[in-house]
Amino acid sequence: MKEFGILISALDGTTKTTEKISAMSSFLQKSSSEDKLWFVALLSGKRPKRPIKTTLLRQWAAEMAKLPLWLLEESYHVVGDLAETVALILPNATKSSDKSLDARMQDLQSLKELKEEEVKNYITTAWSEMNKNERFVFNKLITGGFRVGVSHKLIVKALAEHLGEEENIVSHRLMGDWSPLNTTFEKLLVEADEKENLSRPYPFYLAYPLENEPESLGEVNEWQFEYKWDGIRGQLIHRNGEIYIWSRGEELITERFPELEGLKEILPYDCVIDGEIMAFKDGKPLTFNHLQTRIGRKKISKKILTDSPVVLVAYDLLEEKGDDLRTTPMESRRIKLESVISQTKSPVLLISEKIEPRSWKEAAIIRESSREVLSEGLMLKRKTSNYKVGRRRGDWWKWKVDPMSIDAVMIYAMRGHGRRANLYSDYTFAVWKGEELVPFAKAYSGLTDKEMQAVDRFVKKNTLDRFGPVRSVKPELVFEIGFEGIAPSTRHKSGIALRFPRILRQRFDKKPDEANTLEDLNSILEAYIS
Amino acid sequence: MNNPTKLRLFCLTCMPLIEFTDKGLYCEKGGFFIDPWRPVDKAVITHAHADHSRWGMKKYLAHHLSIPVMKLRLGKINTTGMNYGECKRVNGVQLSLHPAGHILGSAQVKVEYKGEIWVISGDYKLIDDKISTPFEPVKCHTLVTESTFGLPVYKWKPQAEVFAEMNQWWRENKEKGLASVILGYSLGKAQRILCSIDSSIGNILLHGAIHNSNLALRECGLQFPKTELITKTTEKEKYRGSLIIAPPSAFGSAWMNKLKPYKVATASGWMTIRGARRRRNVDRGFILSDHADWDELNQAVKLSKAERVYVTHGYTGIFSNWLREQGYDAHPVTTEYEGELSEIGEGASREKESE
Ligand SMILES: [Zn+2]
Ligand SMILES: [Zn+2]
Repeated sequence: MKEFGILISALDGTTKTTEKISAMSSFLQKSSSEDKLWFVALLSGKRPKRPIKTTLLRQWAAEMAKLPLWLLEESYHVVGDLAETVALILPNATKSSDKSLDARMQDLQSLKELKEEEVKNYITTAWSEMNKNERFVFNKLITGGFRVGVSHKLIVKALAEHLGEEENIVSHRLMGDWSPLNTTFEKLLVEADEKENLSRPYPFYLAYPLENEPESLGEVNEWQFEYKWDGIRGQLIHRNGEIYIWSRGEELITERFPELEGLKEILPYDCVIDGEIMAFKDGKPLTFNHLQTRIGRKKISKKILTDSPVVLVAYDLLEEKGDDLRTTPMESRRIKLESVISQTKSPVLLISEKIEPRSWKEAAIIRESSREVLSEGLMLKRKTSNYKVGRRRGDWWKWKVDPMSIDAVMIYAMRGHGRRANLYSDYTFAVWKGEELVPFAKAYSGLTDKEMQAVDRFVKKNTLDRFGPVRSVKPELVFEIGFEGIAPSTRHKSGIALRFPRILRQRFDKKPDEANTLEDLNSILEAYIS
Repeated sequence: MNNPTKLRLFCLTCMPLIEFTDKGLYCEKGGFFIDPWRPVDKAVITHAHADHSRWGMKKYLAHHLSIPVMKLRLGKINTTGMNYGECKRVNGVQLSLHPAGHILGSAQVKVEYKGEIWVISGDYKLIDDKISTPFEPVKCHTLVTESTFGLPVYKWKPQAEVFAEMNQWWRENKEKGLASVILGYSLGKAQRILCSIDSSIGNILLHGAIHNSNLALRECGLQFPKTELITKTTEKEKYRGSLIIAPPSAFGSAWMNKLKPYKVATASGWMTIRGARRRRNVDRGFILSDHADWDELNQAVKLSKAERVYVTHGYTGIFSNWLREQGYDAHPVTTEYEGELSEIGEGASREKESE
């Protein structure tokens, strides 16, 4: 645990990539295979289920520190992180322990079988054997969420260096449904038997938003154009007669889309298709709202199947008859993809149509009208491009339509998390319904740190009421809120739900009574869904 | 608490000995203010930090070791110096200063009238920083205490450990050919670092603000290791491997730019919290404060034997709630030692350590 504690504080203590990599390398060199596996699992969010409720942790910590619970809660509001708060308020260690990370994780897994009193005894004893930093790391093992600024890409880089492997190979090996409880570091990352895991997906290649004028991309005929669809990005794997569907979040979601499972009978050969799962009926896409009814639901009712059926709109072919096609140019992959789709002839497997504008000007006109087909804009893919790993600039761009927007009044503010724990950085916005302000969206992104600090000062000076970490504030500040989709909703007081709301800018030029009304929002909604 | 003789002292019909006014803490009987934030005739000053000793008073009364720095900051002022334990009588009110351990010359103010005793702590800490005279508890009926770090998450490590970390950090940076810049308040923190760091590691260079404070403090007999003032003509080569002490306001300035390549650290109690450390965006946070931590605050209240406690700047609400649960008659008081933002968590976003 000591080495892992040192690693976490080193990662936390620097923003420099080179220093983070060198901290990871040094950990990997010193640690056992078991600890290395846990390192990979914990930092890539594959922590086993939380073995203890956090309410119990709070109680035990308060008790051990001889403090009332309310004081722990107040401290938590200030610190913004429970694991850290608990680590800080406990009395100093009386002993020390050199249990390994693996031993700790095994212990934590076995707590489920113990009685509450025994669990408490284990946890409080562990606390008394650790310094503040070790305690923090230990608490994080329980509560999860090491926010130490290490991206998946960076972990892959460190591992690749450590193993002397190429990054994309390491990245591929880390994909899929593995758990630190059912594999080993060697099996996962060293033994190169790719066949072992038939369900293993490829890392997704993601596009950056286009920032410059499209003309800067060169000749229009060097690019493949498609609509950008607003569904669930997914990877359909067909190997040895089986079907596996992965979400971009590396979740196996096959069961949620029984419509697609039948493809295993009709796909002509083994292949891996990258595409978008979309709600689709009568030859047209449905709004994202329909897909929403299927996310997070394991049992799919008959009604849902008839109301919101799905299809896979194929973008790309990553594997064909066992061959990894990712280094084949886009243009050739497209031809192979078209061939698979036409041989399959299934109503649930469509292809993302190519659009062929003759000029950038024409492309811009098509983009402008993309909302009419319920698309979010255009995707631009260089015809010669490989299928890369992660979000990269250069070959793939998303060229979205400008978001819809509305001017709204801020009425609630909440403290942020992590780096923003001391700032009121999450806001709730409202529009007018007669004399009343009706909340309709929450947004936290879109302001610079400086702007956020100014809003934070406003919140502190203009608090009307407090509810826990939330404050209601004087309705005075007006913001322009952008969003990419809108749908009716019975769950919200306003009767609507926005997709991807974000702050576009503060409207210093507008007084609160000049903000938009609920009627305005409803007319956007009508225009959007009709 | 139900002692009848005490009840007499706190009787509601008589004016309290010290009032909280919009100009500051006021003793009407003695005709003086303590650390006022508006111009008044007579001001008793706990210590020379800018938010406690302000401009515009006709007369300043302070510990004589505070006076050179006050004059450096405030220019020509009318001052009277006192020693710790020395007693002044005005109108039957007895006034004396007692060591607060915060910075050189810092004092708790004891005010006594007809057997009733109030102590105004100013800023303080209980541990011995080897520069200021160590804190001495003063028994009283009513204590006015600060609460800058009045939350149980704030608990300082032994300072020897912190300085060992600092030395280690400097050595590592030096090996890499980097300058080590430590940000700390120019009165108090800077000298504390200067007097405890291992000066055999390399050269120590100072920002002008700290150099000036040091000149004033030398008058008070304080001795420092050899240092050099950074000027326009300082050669760039000098920075490599050296330790540079600068005030927090220098961070991100053009002045800092010329010290490159460097590593920068902040020395402050706020560095306890990761979020605060990250928001400050420094390479390293050393947890070092001239204020009392949670345990020290509690200990100070206990040692004062006070029954009534007024809690000023810091986590006033939380700390007074806590004290009430411990059986004290405790109340939060709004002062201008920190201004509007003196609430939960705000400390961490302030530009410099509370003075
Ligand atoms: Zn001070
Ligand atoms: Zn102060």
